[in-house]
Amino acid sequence: MWDWEFVIEILPELLKALKMTITATFCGFAVACIGGLLLAGAVRSRWRIVSLSSKGVIGFIRNTPLLVQVFFLYYSLPVLTGISLSAFSAGILGLGLHYSMYLSEVYRSGIEAVPKGQWEAAVALNFSRMKTWKNIILPQAIPPIIPVLGNYLIVMFKETPILSAITLVELMLTAKNIVADSYRVFEPYTMVGILFLAISYPASLLVRRLEKRMNLRTGK
Amino acid sequence: MPKSWIDFLPALLQGAEITIKVAVFASVLALLTSFIAGLCKLSRKWWVRALTGVYVEIFRGTSLLVQLFWMYFALPFVGIELPKMTAAVIAVGLNFGAYGSEIVRSSMIAIPKGQWEAAIALNMKPWQTLIHIILPQAFIRMLPPFGNLLIELVKSTSLVYFITMADLTYQAMVLRNNYISWTSEILGLLLIMYFVISALVSFGVRMLERKLTAGRM
Repeated sequence: MWDWEFVIEILPELLKALKMTITATFCGFAVACIGGLLLAGAVRSRWRIVSLSSKGVIGFIRNTPLLVQVFFLYYSLPVLTGISLSAFSAGILGLGLHYSMYLSEVYRSGIEAVPKGQWEAAVALNFSRMKTWKNIILPQAIPPIIPVLGNYLIVMFKETPILSAITLVELMLTAKNIVADSYRVFEPYTMVGILFLAISYPASLLVRRLEKRMNLRTGK
Repeated sequence: MPKSWIDFLPALLQGAEITIKVAVFASVLALLTSFIAGLCKLSRKWWVRALTGVYVEIFRGTSLLVQLFWMYFALPFVGIELPKMTAAVIAVGLNFGAYGSEIVRSSMIAIPKGQWEAAIALNMKPWQTLIHIILPQAFIRMLPPFGNLLIELVKSTSLVYFITMADLTYQAMVLRNNYISWTSEILGLLLIMYFVISALVSFGVRMLERKLTAGRM
């Protein structure tokens, strides 16, 4: 039933695909980190139109499936705007956009945890708005949320198989292709599961340790 | 040829029925497993905690789509053949049960110790304490995170598209194949339908929360 030789035969191919999965995860995460920060700023904007519409966008994207959003970016965007994206860029853009909605909430909690006196001090010292954000607020808001960001990185890693729907050749699609070639189903899909577990479980332990250390430092 | 986007609605609504069915069955299974696993994690016996830990880590550590594929495509090779609906419900239910168990566990821990002690002082049996004292209080704490989890669950039912179940996403993709020039309308409509379903779910959870917390908090 379980053929070790076959497992060893397909392992190099799967590991190569794993590299693609990890690349997509990190690219998507980078998009999400930047997008989330911009959104968190937009929600706090003094202009009501900006803050309300960004809240609306967050609500809409958070409440619809990533799979459908990715389909929309890949199939609809070329029709609507004439910009056609490759599977890779549509995939990381979709993944990144979807999770920037979640990360904007994380940033918000970090920013709100910065004492109000810090804002007031920055005003008193005549800092510009840009400088206040860059030198005062973000350096204090970001370190405490790093473990949460780490958790989202793991979540995004586990969401990458969805991108196989738009023919991004990552781990899941590679396994599917192997199945189609070899007619052996059990080993490839089980191996995909094991590979996912082998990365996400140690990563989650790492995040947990980081969390403990952070709590020690902030004295919680 | 369709005259307007309204012509797509019947097929999509048919898909929505499947989506809602999967979501309802899976959330019942998820709720059950999260309570069982959450309580087992608090067990005094180390092997019960260890076994539950293995279940939770496996289902949280591998992705839902992989589990779905495994249940539907790989299991038949060891002699277990599941119909699409069953495979989908089990995969989604067990996956979200693993996440939910953490909610149950943490809200049980958050109940003040004095409540347990008072129940012992009143000579209540352990199961009486659990059902009459602890769970009613813990359940209120669980509701908001369970509400969020439920929305994630509804969204994740779109993955059953991959095992060719005729859910909302699948129906939309079939329509798209037939009427390529209507792609944007179909996908836009699909997004809106998912949004409406999620909005209804979160509205329902908020109503339930209001009802249960009346006079309590």
